[in-house]
Amino acid sequence: MDTSVENSMVTRSDLPLRVIDSAKASDAVRIKNRIRRSFRQIRTESIFKRTLVIMGMLMVILVLGILLTLIVQSLPSIKSLGLKYLWGRVWDPVQDIYGAWPFLLGTLLSSFLALIISIPFSIAVAIFLGEYYPKGWLPDLLKNTVELIAAVPSVIYGFWGLAVLVPIVRNMESHIGVEPVGVGIFSSSLILAVMIIPYAASLGRSMIQMVPSPLKEAAYGLGATRWEVIRSVVLPYTKSGLFAGVLLSLGRALGETMAVTMVIGNTSLIPKNIFAPGNTMASVIANEFTEADKAVYLSALIELGLVLFLVTVVINMIGKRIIDRFTNE
Amino acid sequence: MNIGSVKYRIGKSYGFQILTIILAFACVIPLIAILIFIIRAGITKINWHFLVNIPKPVGEAGGGIANALLGSIIIIAVASIIAVPIGILAGIYLSENRKSRLAYWCRLCVDILQGVPSIVIGIVAYFWLVKPLGGFSALSGSVALAIMMLPIVVRSTEETLKLLPDTLKEAAFALGMPFHRVIFKVIVPVGISGILSGVMLSIARITGETAPLLFTAFGNPYLSANLTKPMQSLPLLIFNYATSPYNDWHDLAWGASLILLLWVLFLNIFTKLITRKWKVQL
Amino acid sequence: MESTIIKSRGFNASFGNNHVVKNVNIDIPRNQVVAVMGPSGCGKTTYLRCINRMHELIPGATSSGEMTINNEDIYQMHPIFVRLKIGMVFQRPNPFPNLSIYDNVIAGYKLNGIKLAKADRDRVVEHSLTRVALWNEVKDSLNKKGSFLSGGQQQRLCIARAVAMEPEVLLFDEPTSALDPISTSTVEELFHELKVNYTLIIVTHNMQQAARVSDKTAFFYLGELVEYDETKTMFTNPKDNRTQNYITGRFS
Repeated sequence: MDTSVENSMVTRSDLPLRVIDSAKASDAVRIKNRIRRSFRQIRTESIFKRTLVIMGMLMVILVLGILLTLIVQSLPSIKSLGLKYLWGRVWDPVQDIYGAWPFLLGTLLSSFLALIISIPFSIAVAIFLGEYYPKGWLPDLLKNTVELIAAVPSVIYGFWGLAVLVPIVRNMESHIGVEPVGVGIFSSSLILAVMIIPYAASLGRSMIQMVPSPLKEAAYGLGATRWEVIRSVVLPYTKSGLFAGVLLSLGRALGETMAVTMVIGNTSLIPKNIFAPGNTMASVIANEFTEADKAVYLSALIELGLVLFLVTVVINMIGKRIIDRFTNE
Repeated sequence: MNIGSVKYRIGKSYGFQILTIILAFACVIPLIAILIFIIRAGITKINWHFLVNIPKPVGEAGGGIANALLGSIIIIAVASIIAVPIGILAGIYLSENRKSRLAYWCRLCVDILQGVPSIVIGIVAYFWLVKPLGGFSALSGSVALAIMMLPIVVRSTEETLKLLPDTLKEAAFALGMPFHRVIFKVIVPVGISGILSGVMLSIARITGETAPLLFTAFGNPYLSANLTKPMQSLPLLIFNYATSPYNDWHDLAWGASLILLLWVLFLNIFTKLITRKWKVQL
Repeated sequence: MESTIIKSRGFNASFGNNHVVKNVNIDIPRNQVVAVMGPSGCGKTTYLRCINRMHELIPGATSSGEMTINNEDIYQMHPIFVRLKIGMVFQRPNPFPNLSIYDNVIAGYKLNGIKLAKADRDRVVEHSLTRVALWNEVKDSLNKKGSFLSGGQQQRLCIARAVAMEPEVLLFDEPTSALDPISTSTVEELFHELKVNYTLIIVTHNMQQAARVSDKTAFFYLGELVEYDETKTMFTNPKDNRTQNYITGRFS
């Protein structure tokens, strides 16, 4: 550790005749070196600590910067279009008419439909892994596979959706009597549903595993069947945790861009029904951002981004709050 | 209470158990369907030629995805260089300062960052780097991806270091080590496996990202290693070519999809195995 | 000879390869209190949990031998029927946290899907809470959540919940080990009143409690039923050396 001591020891043994003199000199050097190094270390230490704080601040600055950029770039649109923009029903940039309602509707429809489709599956996985089969190689395999669903890039979901799902939906639509386009809100909801299963599933599973056994035993002791214990003890106990999982899935669905863009049909008209093509806030930004030639046009798109940002942040925060409160009980 | 209704309840219990099993395993079906489809559609397109050539203009057969492969590697590498040091340091900051006000806001912001839609990050990177510098560039794409990597790196670093016993630090301090040495020579080496798996996870996450690159790296039909110019990446190529009307380009997109899928799956599975192996040793 | 309600012959129980209850033969008499005591790990709790078939809920747990109630084989009946006849009170009070006191008491009925008219429900709740000497304390706050009660009151609530199902036998797994002395004595007083209508089997590691509350005592050691006799006899004139050693405190 204190290498100067070793150094001066080496010096001393090398020159025995000048021991006293060199001892004094090397002592002084040794002490000076140690003090110098201590100062250096103290300085480095404080530089390092300050760097850590700067990195911590950087995260906050980053988020504030994102918010600020979005607000500043949306200002032209906010100023000239006002709040009416949000429920304007027509989006026609060529004629300088901007109304965001088609995209709000498209986002809400596709996300909530995806949520409704995916929730039974997510909860089933959560109960399967959390209650029925918490251990074993097969449940582990299922758990890892479900997590891999979240790892697949959204372009690949979109490409597969375009090539495989859309023709199937088109076929189905021609049988139902709806215009057989294939692309549309319904197709994008299907793909979204698959993509968001892992979020509610994995959170639900950890919540269900946390149900204390004495509670379940009390119910068994009163003569309940397995399913009755799940329904009347496990699910009520994890109610808020499951809800947080659903919120997380919803947040993911709202922000999903690529898979939706490739399958939703990219029409800026208000969708007539769930089989009609449409657009979400994210997909219209993806499609038209690079083509926005007017300042107001671009700004209107950015404003959509701002809304998207605020909504997903709020939903995620609520979900995280619920989880924190649940795990700290 | 008669035998009839109890039998009914028991039957209902088994019924729900079976329903749960069916639904749970049904989730896996789309994933397997996608995997099989992409393997079948893409495997015939991949050969050496495919990997080392750039796409040909429409109408000409052949071509490959070399520009996208190189582009992806470069963009991801630069993003990692930006995000990993910052993320680890921020994670260290959070694990060392559990209670301070700044740490509270920092943690909150990291959570917020994790939930921001990727297209919004693309927008922001456009206004930070593309507009001021006058054009699309690989660097702006890397910055956008770095922003997406940060929450994962910070979180996993913080969680890993939080698990380490305080006595480790105390022993090092008692030996007279300065703070930065304690961190880098004692704490980080012990927690390196958790930190590294966080890094690998973040890389696996951004490898498949497209939206942030749409208006930053933008794409490039030619082979390029220039950070200040637009660059192609694998997901971007897939998006552009898959939504194009040309069959040749669709073929390229299938091959690229297979490579991207295998790459991402490999990264994820590898990370899982390493995490399990290291956690066992810890 | 009093009539016997629960009989075990050659009963064994294991956790995987771990044989924890060995060849138990016992006759539990109706409307009496039987204490089951022994040092930690002697198999008394496992045996108790075999009576109402809670033991088999643990993965890898097995049992064999004869266990009957009113000469009906417990292991031939469906567990639900067994648990409707044999109720259980656990070591730590475990009222359902999201239910009110009222709902906790009739939770057994709700869980089993038995629909009662409101008048009947009120009667069951009042009756059960009176049986456990809790009615006067909570009758004005029946809608409050069960978790607001003290430990002793919560445990009495759990007893009320079990009693509400009108079982024939009540099993108690160290029911007062998590309670303070005053609550403990309140619960012990209950045993005297409860045995008028039910048969009680109480596992306890507290010898003095066994001596205080029970009519007969069973002493388990290393998985075997070493001695089973009238409590008075057991504590004054034990027949087995091991019982003698346990009672005099040579091991615990």
